[in-house]
Amino acid sequence: MSEGLMTVSYIGATILFILSLGGLSNPETARRGNFYGIIGMTIAIVATVFGPKVTSYVPILIAMAIGGSIGIFAAIKVKMTEMPELVALMHSLVGLAAVLVGFANYFDTTINLTGVDKTIHEIEIYVGILIGAVTFSGSVIAFGKLSGKLSGKPMLLPLRHWINLAGLIAVIFVAKLFLGAESGAAGLLYLSIMTGIALAFGIHMVMAIGGADMPVVVSMLNSYSGWAASATGFMLSNDLLIVVGALVGSSGAILSYIMCRAMNRHFLSVIAGGFGTEGGAPTAAGAQPQGEVQPIAAEETAELLRNASHVIFVPGYGMAVAQAQHTVFEITKLLRDKGVDVRFAIHPVAGRMPGHMNVLLAEAKVPYDIVLEMDEINEDFPETDVAMVIGANDIVNPGAQEDPNSPIAGMPVLEVWKAKTSIVMKRSMASGYAGVDNPLFYKENNRMLFGDAKKMLDEVLTALKSG
Amino acid sequence: MRIGIPKEIHAGEKRVATTPDVAEKLMKLGFSVAIQSGAGEGANLSDDAFRQVGVEIVEDAKSLWTSSEIVLKVRGPETHPEFAIDEVELMREGGCLLSFIWPAQNPELMERLAAKKATVLAMDSVPRISRAQKLDALSSMANIAGYRAVIEAAHQFGRFFTGQITAAGKVPPAKVFIIGVGVAGLAAIGAAGGLGAIVRANDTRPEVKDQVKSMGAEFVDVDYKEEGTGVGGYAKLMSEGYQKAQREMIARQCMEVDIVITTALIPGKPAPKLITAGMVESMKPGSVIVDMAAEQGGNCELTVPGEVVVRHGVTIIGYADLPSRLARQSSQLYATNLLRLLEELSPAKDGTINVNMEDEVIRGTTVIKDGTITWPPPPPKISAAPTEKMATAAGPVEPAKKKRVELPAWVSSGLMLGIGGALFYGLGATAPLAFMGHFTVFVLACFVGYMVIWNVTPALHTPLMSVTNAISSIIAIGALIQISSPGVLMVILAGLAVVLTSINMAGGFWVTQRMLRMFRR
Repeated sequence: MSEGLMTVSYIGATILFILSLGGLSNPETARRGNFYGIIGMTIAIVATVFGPKVTSYVPILIAMAIGGSIGIFAAIKVKMTEMPELVALMHSLVGLAAVLVGFANYFDTTINLTGVDKTIHEIEIYVGILIGAVTFSGSVIAFGKLSGKLSGKPMLLPLRHWINLAGLIAVIFVAKLFLGAESGAAGLLYLSIMTGIALAFGIHMVMAIGGADMPVVVSMLNSYSGWAASATGFMLSNDLLIVVGALVGSSGAILSYIMCRAMNRHFLSVIAGGFGTEGGAPTAAGAQPQGEVQPIAAEETAELLRNASHVIFVPGYGMAVAQAQHTVFEITKLLRDKGVDVRFAIHPVAGRMPGHMNVLLAEAKVPYDIVLEMDEINEDFPETDVAMVIGANDIVNPGAQEDPNSPIAGMPVLEVWKAKTSIVMKRSMASGYAGVDNPLFYKENNRMLFGDAKKMLDEVLTALKSG
Repeated sequence: MRIGIPKEIHAGEKRVATTPDVAEKLMKLGFSVAIQSGAGEGANLSDDAFRQVGVEIVEDAKSLWTSSEIVLKVRGPETHPEFAIDEVELMREGGCLLSFIWPAQNPELMERLAAKKATVLAMDSVPRISRAQKLDALSSMANIAGYRAVIEAAHQFGRFFTGQITAAGKVPPAKVFIIGVGVAGLAAIGAAGGLGAIVRANDTRPEVKDQVKSMGAEFVDVDYKEEGTGVGGYAKLMSEGYQKAQREMIARQCMEVDIVITTALIPGKPAPKLITAGMVESMKPGSVIVDMAAEQGGNCELTVPGEVVVRHGVTIIGYADLPSRLARQSSQLYATNLLRLLEELSPAKDGTINVNMEDEVIRGTTVIKDGTITWPPPPPKISAAPTEKMATAAGPVEPAKKKRVELPAWVSSGLMLGIGGALFYGLGATAPLAFMGHFTVFVLACFVGYMVIWNVTPALHTPLMSVTNAISSIIAIGALIQISSPGVLMVILAGLAVVLTSINMAGGFWVTQRMLRMFRR
């Protein structure tokens, strides 16, 4: 295959990738979009393998067969609740691959550049490995936190911002040494030192971020994996890599931005880690809610649902933890058969990654046209008879709107308290991720259904069936 | 302890302070209960009904008063018509009385009760906080009054409330306008709406707007900006400009509607005169005004308290005893309010009461404790309006650290542009042409990505992440080229990279497909 043909194939692949992402604008076209992606990837790989630069096919075949089967096996086995972990793990692979390709490129003796070209090429290698290493170690830690292998609590070292700053300065300093390195061995040493710093930085950065900020972290790492690919593209002078990397990078960046906006927090303050670092101890700020918490039993909940004509479910991470989505769907089906209008309200940061709740509900066969975004459904709460909150807390906290001193003040929230009755399913009265007490629990029209979400919903379902 | 319930002696008062159901529950709290014979007659509760649940029937009021440590009443003590002595005189020394008192209006009664060393809990002084709602007798009475006001209006009104198209012609629905949307106003909206009328309402407090709408009524705004929420969720006196605008609005409504129900009250002030004689004259003949503020002087100039009068062809109802006109219902709700108060007073359920002045609810309700006047109570800590509450409660914890220097928008964006421009210039001046070609592609791709990604529906964000993940394994093509290089180390590194990216590629696309298959209508 000639260079020209290869370039044309790459352009075709690029277009297919863009179409693939464009297809995701709608669940109808999304599957076709995914096929475009697969075709694009196939074209790109075939064109590369049969291109002029590749001569040995056996190692490629073996490597792709091994990798491909592991990937497919993982994709089939993974539970939908574990999607965030899988995604984080896959980010780490991209990061690691970028590091490997970067090192391999440095060893490549066939490239002979001089002057500015050499400097730029070395900077490209350096930056590519840097981003790849941060993505790799950060994703591994994110995976650990999401899968519960590491504690979800933010680990806050003293002087952590200074540590990060020192890391940055060190990276720049080593870069200077690396560019001035006389021999390949010295360059390799500097490159390795930088990789070590970058890995440590990735670990430290994600360790400092708490569980509920994970949507931001996961999408940020998504973005990094894209930039890593882009940097590799510069290094290899390959436009396809640059374009795809830029697409992925901006996708991840936009997702991070959406997540941050949904929490009314600045991207940097999320990444800097911890929560409420500006407002002192979170419990001290804001007014303590007054009033009494009114518990409710499963049978009464069923009674309320049966007599309602408009019901909105608000799922949160608690639903994922309790694996309650199937029971939720059973209840939904039952109520819809009785003519009750049931819908779902999804907050952008519900769960541990963007769109997490949508995937869980889709897995439970909830039709996607009754699953609505916060902006679409928020104004419907006043006409709603029962709003049922399943394992969510901060995203339904009225304090965000009513209490200017609340640490989450200004964060957009689902206005469940405007419904005639709201029911909050929770295991205990513990406060949410932000450490803020939730005035919703004390509202007159709110009832608390204490217990494990799955168990309580099963009881509600039984009561609904018998009634 | 023994609870006694005398017959109400106020002329026309039909309510009674307990019902058989509630008396039974009082006995479960450990109290013994006695009632004066015939006390429940006005509310259709016979002595027999009380006797059946084990209540002792006492024939005469005197022995009932003297034998009871706790007396439950609806109206405050008055001069007894038979014995010509005040009920306070009948009361035991150091006894306890639970009833409506209105301490502000009856200072002399308070003195006499204090002289008896009595402990008095006034049902009109229950603090307006969430926890005390179950014993808020004013709300339960207002609810009944609002309902009854509509019923009285319907009784006087010569037409249907609901619109109908009959064989004998079309009947337009009645239009009801409600001024003052407190508990009574809301109950009136509900009752009038239930009868099929078109309901409009107005209140000076803007937060009621949503409540009015939630009841299916229309909120009529006054064309003037001012907030009318006072302390404790009650209304306050409005400015002159507002009042003028409000009068104009009411005058317009009067000409249009068939029934006006007014419940506008401001605590401690005579009721505002909202409907002038002129407005009454402008109303359609046969219209009805129910003035629920008649006892406080009335919202309408022509109201005669306690009576129904016809002026300019408009029936004006000035009954001050609307709850008593629904005696059975109001007795039941009032008795339950009293029961809840006694539950609070007797947490041990051992038939004794403990007037715990540390408790906010009991403190607010108690107006005389062992002969010492404890009214008025300290002001309530929180208001019903949540914003108020936050503002006052959070006062001392002002955010002190939030003073960051904020640049004006144009400065910061100008700065950004400047830095960006300088960077681009630096790049263009030094970088070789080949790099610039790639750089162009990169920047354009970022923009394409930006445009495309904003179109992705939030529901598909997880598939978006997995698919971008899959396509970012395009890094593989770098490794694929390297694998054919000389040098074992490179081949191993590149081979490993191919394995990793293949995992990603296959896994990413596969799992995306798996997820997307699940999305269905």
